[in-house]
Amino acid sequence: MPTVHSPHQSLTYSLIASGLQKSYGDTHALDGFDLRVAAGSIHGLLGPNGAGKSTAVSALCTLIDVDDGSATVAGLDIRSSGKQVRERIGLVGQAAALDDILGGRQNLVMFGRLFGLRSSAARARADELLHQFGLTDAAERPVSTYSGGMRRRLDIAASLIRTPAVLFLDEPTTGLDPRGRNEVWRAVRQIAESGTTVLLTTQHLDEADQLADRISVMNHGRVIAEGTPKQLKRRLGGGRIEVMLEDGTRLTEAARLLGEALGTTAVVDDYSRTVTLEVPPGGTGLMSVVRVLDGAALTADDIALRRPTLDEVFLALTDMPPAASVADSSPDSADRTAESADNKETP
Amino acid sequence: MTTTQDVEPELRRSNALRESWIITQRDLLHWVRQPAGPIFNLLFSIMLLLMFGFLFGGAIEVPGGGDYISFLLPGMLTLAMLFGLESTMLAMTTDAAKGITNRFRSMPISSSAIVLGRSGADMASSVLGLAVLFGGGLLIGWQISGEVGAVVLAVFLLLWLRFALLWVGIFLGLRFRGAGATAAIQVLVWPVGFLSNLFVAPETMPGWLGAVAEWNPISATATAARELFGNPTGSMGGILADNAVLMAALWPLVITLVFLPLSARAYRKLRA
Ligand SMILES: Nc1ncnc2c1ncn2[C@@H]1O[C@H](COP(=O)(O)OP(=O)(O)O)[C@@H](O)[C@H]1O
Ligand SMILES: [Mg+2]
Repeated sequence: MPTVHSPHQSLTYSLIASGLQKSYGDTHALDGFDLRVAAGSIHGLLGPNGAGKSTAVSALCTLIDVDDGSATVAGLDIRSSGKQVRERIGLVGQAAALDDILGGRQNLVMFGRLFGLRSSAARARADELLHQFGLTDAAERPVSTYSGGMRRRLDIAASLIRTPAVLFLDEPTTGLDPRGRNEVWRAVRQIAESGTTVLLTTQHLDEADQLADRISVMNHGRVIAEGTPKQLKRRLGGGRIEVMLEDGTRLTEAARLLGEALGTTAVVDDYSRTVTLEVPPGGTGLMSVVRVLDGAALTADDIALRRPTLDEVFLALTDMPPAASVADSSPDSADRTAESADNKETP
Repeated sequence: MTTTQDVEPELRRSNALRESWIITQRDLLHWVRQPAGPIFNLLFSIMLLLMFGFLFGGAIEVPGGGDYISFLLPGMLTLAMLFGLESTMLAMTTDAAKGITNRFRSMPISSSAIVLGRSGADMASSVLGLAVLFGGGLLIGWQISGEVGAVVLAVFLLLWLRFALLWVGIFLGLRFRGAGATAAIQVLVWPVGFLSNLFVAPETMPGWLGAVAEWNPISATATAARELFGNPTGSMGGILADNAVLMAALWPLVITLVFLPLSARAYRKLRA
């Protein structure tokens, strides 16, 4: 008789949540929260302050009881198998969960022993992790003397003592300077390479874009969009083509010609000598742009296809500005350079 | 990187006592790494002792006669137990604010270990506090005339009070997590400490105030300790004074019976 091999859910998904509900008085912190995270992937949970990200993480880590719905972590039910779930997860909460008075090594040894390691094994594991996260030199110093990035790395190291099947990172880079943020990003990528599934919450759209294989956009306690960063960007439309002309006196003429060719209106910016055109979803129109410019003997200094940023996706999906977008959005020019490097299509 | 397979054979089974001890050790390491805090606390209790012993002591008369220093010392020991409440609460709120409590809770350890570990550390620090006050008291002329067994019982009753107040501190720390709540408790322990017989005999107070002071649970411990150490009790008798040791055993029991379940409930409510 042939063996029927039905791939069990837990083999493909490390995290499954369906219809999670959690209310605090009138606040529906989770309101039908659904999630599926493929084993070994990095999943971004993106949402503004108060969206319910921390509540979702707390529920999946078995720190709080949900009112309704069900979830499995590493194939184990969060309600009935709490302790087994806790044996397979690592949690890096929003607040760094470290003892400030103790040194980095002492912290790791303490957590290691609590995880059930004998003292000698805990010390060995601590040294390994300190080395892996570049903290060996600071191992003896009290954690209170660590920089923000170092604390976060130690915090992450402490959650990896038993190589968790699923690692939860709740806003791991909030409050870090760009350097600290890069350190944490590197650590997260390293962890994912070792096979651990990562659920990372963030308010930073670029962070999800940088790290996550898939993103769930969350607001008011539920997921309002899910997909790869690219898919999410596409949902908003085709994006924009920005043409920077060599000759600033022919901008209006170029705008008229390009607008006619693409069937959209073109916006002119005299200062940057740029004509911006909206592109319909799916199409690029870059070829026609090049043909039009060529035919009219216009020379372009730069042509860039700019896909919508997650910021714009977010605004469209939630009808409200994410709290972080004002402070964190980079100046438009820098943004454009980065995007055009990624997306420029050679005609 | 070590994989789970390498680590697993070394793992011990979850064991509440072992885990509590690890959490207690964490506090003991604090003393070693940052002794300034505990030393300041000890110096503070010595300062209070000297202040009451010499600054006010001359003006305070012990009803029924007797040396004020010897009347005061059991009161100061009791006060140290009361003040321990603050450090328990502060430690609980600090760990919760830093997310350490949540990390512990996300780990496969026994949930009672977090609280038992706290108890271990706080009881150890109280023993140390008692020892320092004992030494300081003897240096300034405290006379212990009780028998060894009685003295041991007195120390036990003092620690029994501390144990009961531990649950008050844990409950308050779990239930009221803001920094404001801790500050409020730091202020509130003073009237609780003073509205008692720790410094002044209730006989010398206005009637209603004296009654409050007499029925204050910490007064029972102080009176029992005075009796057992063979010190003046400043009491002219009465049902409370006659059963001081019994009351010193009962009050903390009542406090524990009320606040231990409340603490357990507050701990479970972290899940709500
Ligand atoms: N323990 C709690 N008591 C009351 N309200 C809470 C509690 N935890 C979260 N909330 C509320 O639930 C909502 C979601 O919070 P949270 O999950 O922390 O959001 P996020 O992490 O996305 O910022 C917020 O409105 C918050 O105020
Ligand atoms: Mg949060």
